Amino acid sequence: MVTNLPAIGTQFLIDIPALDSIIGGLRRRGYEVLGPVVRGAAVVYDAIEGVNDLPAGAGDEQEAGAYRLTRREDGALFGFVLSPHSWKKFLHPPEARLFAARRDGRSFRLLNGGPAPPPRYAFLGVRACELAAIAIQDRVLLGESYSDATYRARRQGAFLVAVNCTWAAPTCFCTSMRTAPPAEAGFDLALTELVSSERHVFVIEAGSRAGAEVLAEVERHEASPGDRLEAERAIAAAKASIWRKVNTSGLRELLYEKFDDPRWDHVAQRCFTCGNCTQVCPTCFCTTVDDSSDVTGQQTERWRRSDSCFSQNFTFIHGGSVRMSAKSRYRQWLTHKLGAWVDQFGSPGCVGCGRCITWCPAGIDITQEAAALRADEEIAIGKGDAI
Amino acid sequence: MSSKKAAKDERKTIAVFKFASCDGCQLSLLELEEELLSIVGAVNIVYFPEASRVMLKGPYDIGLVEGSVTTHHEAELIQQVRRQSKMLVTLGACATSGGIQALRNWKDVNLMVRTVYRNPDFISTLKLSTPVAEHVPVDFELRGCPISKYQLLELLSATLAGRKPNIPTYSVCMECKRRDNVCLTVAQGTPCLGPVTQAGCGALCPSFNRGCYGCFGPMESPNTDAMIALFRNLGRSDPEITRAFRTFSAWAWQFRQASEECEHERKAR
Repeated sequence: MVTNLPAIGTQFLIDIPALDSIIGGLRRRGYEVLGPVVRGAAVVYDAIEGVNDLPAGAGDEQEAGAYRLTRREDGALFGFVLSPHSWKKFLHPPEARLFAARRDGRSFRLLNGGPAPPPRYAFLGVRACELAAIAIQDRVLLGESYSDATYRARRQGAFLVAVNCTWAAPTCFCTSMRTAPPAEAGFDLALTELVSSERHVFVIEAGSRAGAEVLAEVERHEASPGDRLEAERAIAAAKASIWRKVNTSGLRELLYEKFDDPRWDHVAQRCFTCGNCTQVCPTCFCTTVDDSSDVTGQQTERWRRSDSCFSQNFTFIHGGSVRMSAKSRYRQWLTHKLGAWVDQFGSPGCVGCGRCITWCPAGIDITQEAAALRADEEIAIGKGDAI
Repeated sequence: MSSKKAAKDERKTIAVFKFASCDGCQLSLLELEEELLSIVGAVNIVYFPEASRVMLKGPYDIGLVEGSVTTHHEAELIQQVRRQSKMLVTLGACATSGGIQALRNWKDVNLMVRTVYRNPDFISTLKLSTPVAEHVPVDFELRGCPISKYQLLELLSATLAGRKPNIPTYSVCMECKRRDNVCLTVAQGTPCLGPVTQAGCGALCPSFNRGCYGCFGPMESPNTDAMIALFRNLGRSDPEITRAFRTFSAWAWQFRQASEECEHERKAR
């Protein structure tokens, strides 16, 4: 029985077998451990059983509209930057059956008492921007007046292992959105990977009692000042390599003022209105609810599915859709994400992860659009310079 | 079925008609194996030559039409079908946008007839393969080559219940992301029509590492100009892009326009 728990915030050094023990410890506690794995042409988040499942030596190259999985010589376990899909797919699943009901004479009875018992997830490899995204979704989905039962059940039981970035992609702009590493709060454990020709170790700290209990079970020693400095420098180097920027000063007011800016027409020429940006965004939370009775008319199910402000049906009211043009839909998304979100939830809805830039098939860059709206000179609207 | 029993039957009647097509969409109805008993309990299929010898006269509550209009005879027949059907639903790419046989719409049909048939004199055909909606008003169009049997079931269930069917008109990308697929275009540079194609297939091809062929036709607001730009960016030639738009939904006006744009630009160069 462990009596002396490692102090929260104290940094320790562990090796790879110890990381494996942490995964084992989480599994013993009944968590379904999810972490990065190589699947097909990308690093995605999926079920893992131990460190052997982690993507040793996998890296990624990202730019607007393009992603390539790469090999690294150093064997780093977290040498990639970001997975295509965020942790949102687990906490706020894209499809959920809310209930099923069966006709019973003149009334009906529910076939289940609500959603199925929630899984208990442990996420390994949550980046600082993703922690910020989870915090934003908490504000949206766990509000006092409107709390989402599915999200709450999954979120409450979740154990978060953060990994501080020691590499950045050209699509990253977390430094502009104040979500850059190191992770400071909202995690149970936080790791920084140190990989060199001499050693492959992790600096680790607990951020909660639950994290300290897991850490207490594994072999570790306190990080030396040299270890801590190495970790700090690796994180600082990653941050220093980020060049993409959003000027957030007065951005909300700017977006409201630029409602009629010709730039919206320019982006509408390139935008597919396919909805990919909203699906990969770790904070976009919109859903729709579909009721579907079966062919016998005896049974019905209510499903919640991810939706997108890029679909026409999203604003369908009596008489038709409010936002028919691509221009109005892109403007809605960007203005909400960077502007109106502040009015609604107290912070922008963007964490600077850059997923919407990488995974837009047209390579539309939210930072470039925001900068173009700010630019004083009128941007010429020309067809053919798209992509 | 005795006439006495038929008089009491309150089930809605369904008729299934075939025009120029491969029968694949009609088969989707038969492929609803688990649900088929429930369906025949809820509706009365009174005309379905593909599956049953029973062929009762109209009018019908729901007429399901597979296939495009390609002959004078079919052009007359579709008028009769419309008159006999309270609700007329097209099944699949042929009936909805002319089908793969609409590829002939860019060719000299007489030359094709002479090339293919030993006795071309026996062939009487129209110059164009056209969708049902170019001939008569259509109440609902189910997309796909073939249709999704689940969408057909949803449409029938919704119609019987008097509710709006849950049949999305957004892009295939929405379903692809929902399935947790990694985007083929972004991660592998694979050309994929998903962003301009309507959902409904469950992102079937991308889930098997193949770019979308666009068989569900144009989504609600397809940006085909951006698609052409993207395909060119991925190194595809204009003839290749023309062919990409000219498959199952070639005659759908947005795809048709895009393919012609590419073809003309190639000729102009």
